[in-house]
Amino acid sequence: MTGLTVNTDLLRQVLVGFVRDEVHKVGVKKAVLGLSGGIDSALVVFIAAEALGPENVHAICMPYKSSNPESEVHARLVAQACGVNYSVIPITPMVDAYFDMFPDADNMRRGNKMARERMTILFDHSALLSALVLGTSNKTELLLGYGTLYGDMASALNPIGDLYKTQIWQLSEAMGVPAEVVEKQPSADLWAGQTDEEELGFSYCQVDELLYRMVDLRLTSEELIATGIAPEFIDTIYKKVQNSHFKRRMPVIAKVSNRTIDRDFRYSRDWGK
Amino acid sequence: MDFTAVLAQIKPKLGCVADNLALIEERIQLAIAAKADLVVFPELALTGYFLKDLVPEVALRLDSPEIRRLVELSRQISIVVGFVEETSDYRFFNTALYLEDGAIRHLHRKVYLPTYGLFDEQRYLARGEQFRAFDTKLGRMGMLICEDMWHLSASYILAMDGATTLICLSSSPGRGIAGETLSSANAWQQLTSTTAMFLNCRVLYCNRVGYEDGVNFWGGSEYVAPSGASLKRAMILEEDSVSALVDEGSLRRERIFSPMLRDENLFVTMQELSRIEQERGL
Repeated sequence: MTGLTVNTDLLRQVLVGFVRDEVHKVGVKKAVLGLSGGIDSALVVFIAAEALGPENVHAICMPYKSSNPESEVHARLVAQACGVNYSVIPITPMVDAYFDMFPDADNMRRGNKMARERMTILFDHSALLSALVLGTSNKTELLLGYGTLYGDMASALNPIGDLYKTQIWQLSEAMGVPAEVVEKQPSADLWAGQTDEEELGFSYCQVDELLYRMVDLRLTSEELIATGIAPEFIDTIYKKVQNSHFKRRMPVIAKVSNRTIDRDFRYSRDWGK
Repeated sequence: MDFTAVLAQIKPKLGCVADNLALIEERIQLAIAAKADLVVFPELALTGYFLKDLVPEVALRLDSPEIRRLVELSRQISIVVGFVEETSDYRFFNTALYLEDGAIRHLHRKVYLPTYGLFDEQRYLARGEQFRAFDTKLGRMGMLICEDMWHLSASYILAMDGATTLICLSSSPGRGIAGETLSSANAWQQLTSTTAMFLNCRVLYCNRVGYEDGVNFWGGSEYVAPSGASLKRAMILEEDSVSALVDEGSLRRERIFSPMLRDENLFVTMQELSRIEQERGL
């Protein structure tokens, strides 16, 4: 686990500085984010509160009727622990109104719709509050594609997108995220009793070890097998990363001119900032 | 001679030459007020780092009003600054200037343009082709721009050319969060220290801070004595300024204690490099 162990003081300094600098340079003071009751959004709200001052951070809990009630309790607990503004906007009426038209929709469609409903609320509040939307996707789920494109994956800035789940745990503990939230089983909370690890079929510790060696250290398959990882697991994860790559890219543009956006029209997003 | 150098650890705005010039002028005035002899700015201080297609837009010719303004200010203090230079044949260089007494004393164009990992410089910029030491009223100096220093030959050439002070302008991104400090900071600290020690030279390293598209620049600008000891170091990740008294005595003593540079055999080096050149069919 050595490569996944982080210096939490240093990491905190980098990420708090990131949120402060990238928010302020756009000319705004505030951030808004969804607070699910889980650890990822809890860590981001702690980072944002430290970076911008808790009075400049707006956390919104957006439960659906099937969400575990404990999630909302935990979201409130986290918001209170770091002193940010907190509100609850249930998404049941909007989501149900839509699925009344499609009563046969499966869990995946429903889950995606909920994630995108929450996204529209966050971006509406971005305009309402002059606040940037903070992303809460971690590196593990971004690499596995375990998230909804234009849903929970949508944001203006993501402070934790380069942290594996096991690193999220370390930093959350160091920053004082309430223990109930750090210690509970990670869940997308789309339906009762759902847990990430059960749905994915492996533990975060296992997959982080593999991803770290595969992605960060660029070990070959042979080298990965030599470290004792099962070849089938390597194959499964490699395919997940490959097949979800579209979620990590801008939409593909058909090239017809000399300067196509993002291909030969290249500027940093912080252009002029 | 003894002199005072200020390392101006600034946070440039990406692509905003006028704003950055104002920021640089402000730091120059502070250094003048503090009676410093030399003020050093980071790589691409006038422009910011991840410029991409902005390169031609932010490039300055040596006779531009911005450069002329800095040259003028050098009547009061010596200035080292990084920017994008446009030449008359429309090439664009990552360039460092040494300004002194109202003139450009030396110009260094970055030779080693990193194009790997998060770097993409050679896509946008032309390569420099020289490492030359130069005389200033503060002694004989050599300039390096960031990646240049990761090539041992660059510092070696400058030292063999008589430089006693190596000035490195940097925009080094921070990465690696497992250790005591950022692993890129740790690597640089080893590099500046070892370079100073091997070549019996002092190193003035000036790195920027701030974030561009999520990439942090870690700062940690420092004055490394010829012994390899870091005598002054700026804060990590924060805007800062450090002032270092660069003294001739410690250079002299180091060159007496550890006369590696005196004993360096340029003849052997040249003979072996020539042989390698021939064998490679260059």
